[in-house]
Amino acid sequence: MKKFLVMLLVLSLVMTAFVGCAKKEEPVKTEEPAKTEEPAKTEEPAAAEPVVETPDFTVGLVTDVGGIDDKSFNQGTWEGIVRFAEDTGVKTKYLQSASDADYNPNLATFSDEELDLIVAPGFLFADAMSEVAGNFPDQKYLIIDSVVGDRPNLVSAVFAENEGSFLTGVAAALKADEAGKDTVGFIGGMDFDLIQKFEAGFEAGVAAVNPDMKVLIEYAGSFSDTQIGQTLAAKMFDQGAYIIYHAAGGTGNGLIKEAKDRRTNGEDVWAIGVDRDQYADGIYDGDNSAVLTSMMKRVDVAAYDVAAKTLAGEFPGGEVLVYSLANDGVGIPAENPNLSDEIVNTVNEYKTKVISGEIEVPVLPNRLK
Amino acid sequence: MEVIYSMMTLTLIFSTPIIITAIGGMFSERSGVVNVALEGIMMIGGFTAATSIVFLEKSTSFAPWIALLFGLIAGVLISLVHAYISINLGAEQVISGTAINLLAGGLTVYLSQVIFHQQRTQSFETGFIKTTYPGLSKIPIIGRIFFENIYPTVYIALIIVIASWYVLYKTPFGLRLRATGEHPQAVDSVGISVYKMRYIGVLLSGALGGLGGAIMVLTFDTQYTIGSIHGVGFIALASLIFGKWKPAGVLGASLFFGFSQILSVYSTDFAFLAKFPQEFFKILPYLLTIVALLIFSGSSVGPKAAGEPYDKGQR
Repeated sequence: MKKFLVMLLVLSLVMTAFVGCAKKEEPVKTEEPAKTEEPAKTEEPAAAEPVVETPDFTVGLVTDVGGIDDKSFNQGTWEGIVRFAEDTGVKTKYLQSASDADYNPNLATFSDEELDLIVAPGFLFADAMSEVAGNFPDQKYLIIDSVVGDRPNLVSAVFAENEGSFLTGVAAALKADEAGKDTVGFIGGMDFDLIQKFEAGFEAGVAAVNPDMKVLIEYAGSFSDTQIGQTLAAKMFDQGAYIIYHAAGGTGNGLIKEAKDRRTNGEDVWAIGVDRDQYADGIYDGDNSAVLTSMMKRVDVAAYDVAAKTLAGEFPGGEVLVYSLANDGVGIPAENPNLSDEIVNTVNEYKTKVISGEIEVPVLPNRLK
Repeated sequence: MEVIYSMMTLTLIFSTPIIITAIGGMFSERSGVVNVALEGIMMIGGFTAATSIVFLEKSTSFAPWIALLFGLIAGVLISLVHAYISINLGAEQVISGTAINLLAGGLTVYLSQVIFHQQRTQSFETGFIKTTYPGLSKIPIIGRIFFENIYPTVYIALIIVIASWYVLYKTPFGLRLRATGEHPQAVDSVGISVYKMRYIGVLLSGALGGLGGAIMVLTFDTQYTIGSIHGVGFIALASLIFGKWKPAGVLGASLFFGFSQILSVYSTDFAFLAKFPQEFFKILPYLLTIVALLIFSGSSVGPKAAGEPYDKGQR
């Protein structure tokens, strides 16, 4: 037993030694050629580079604990990056974080490797991004769905959630009018400014179609409590809500489950999804779905756009880019089997009005005005 | 009044996984093995049920029930690990339980990755559906609470509570199990295997924990995610303690936990409750658990030998 333990210890020591070597070698390798290239490259040659068939350009993505196939933000961002790589021939890389503590080291790893653009999705990265961008002033960073100020080498991409939610509000009100119902609802995850933007947009969208329609507002206090989500949904449906829109992450699964149950039992109610197209989550009885439509945040559009700008040498460092209806950064899915063509057309009319500035969508819900 | 009935029904639905899992924990602790792994067991059970229903729902209409069975079996299998470590190896039971809780999160996400190539299971279509039972729902009051818009799994929970009371207090097996948790040496001296009794206790907790997790996912969720169980296993553990390790007590405590959550949802609808912040109702069950622990700490009500590995030589 003792011998075995000693062997194990020796083995692990040897292993760590190798690992140590490998780590030491890598930065040295990349640093040397990069140092000579870097100052010359950044300014003008970068702009000329796209002419070359396969540009020497790498986009790196650091994900949170969800991987690049989480069917959510990480995946959306990665798809944007991959699409960009397919269009231009640049290289891509990603690192998945095993825990919150990995954000910083993972960002620093890519910075050490001097990737040309380092991307991270989600507000969870805000602190890590700010710190790493400060430590590596020569690298370029993009944070999606959060604003980090005061870093000239960092771009923040945010979404006009209120505009996207406005469209779901319009769709909900039209659908409710069609069915002769007078109440719709909203479930938020936690009551803070980001989620309030969803609430405000939805409310405004409903009011734009039918100012007399009632909008029930509830907050779950959590982004992962399906039990509370279902209970809130049951309560609101009981109070007469015909359609409920959620901005509550996993909590929203409870809403979708309740809508599925009620539709299976022949009750006419709907759920509206968020962030991505949740149509598939609401499927019951084969082909029917309880999800009316979804408010999509196109993180892929943001990632693609910033990568393209960076490759063209127009990295918008220090800026906050807003992805709205105007640049297809938010919106409802291309296909909405549960909405009639008439409703989709009317929604698109409202979309044009928002883009042209004829309608201004508020960021603050009525209850806070 | 209609609202009160709805609240009662929703409380039953909300508490179902808590009741079942806490009763499971009761069997384990009554046999003398502390089981803090309930959360992890629920995750394994929930994941297994969600995975099997995705594959089964196309071929049989009994898919939800078969998925429950698979969830239960998965719970038994993972609790075998806890049983072996705590009973045969005599390791610290809290550590073993914590390890299983940590393992369950990683394992379920990893398996989702392998099977579905994403961080959660694919969403399933069927699950359990809220049902109104014609005829029974016409019974005054009771019909409205127990037979309208309710999941059939609620009845499973109530049956388990009654059955566990009968087994624990009315059968020789129950007496032996309780004795094992109080004084294992005495049990051994009359020729009953302590190891066997403890194995049965832990495996029962695995079965019920797995079942609780499976019900949790098939009634509240559309898929298994890392957040699907979100601490309900720990709430079950708390209601086990709050319920003083007795079936009726556990039932009451679990219903109370559920009711306070329902109250937090409905608090805005009652003028006299709306004055309290919503968060107050969310912390209420935990606050009362701490108070209960303070009150009961003097007179230890838990099984005496719980947490101690069995040592034959000890007197």
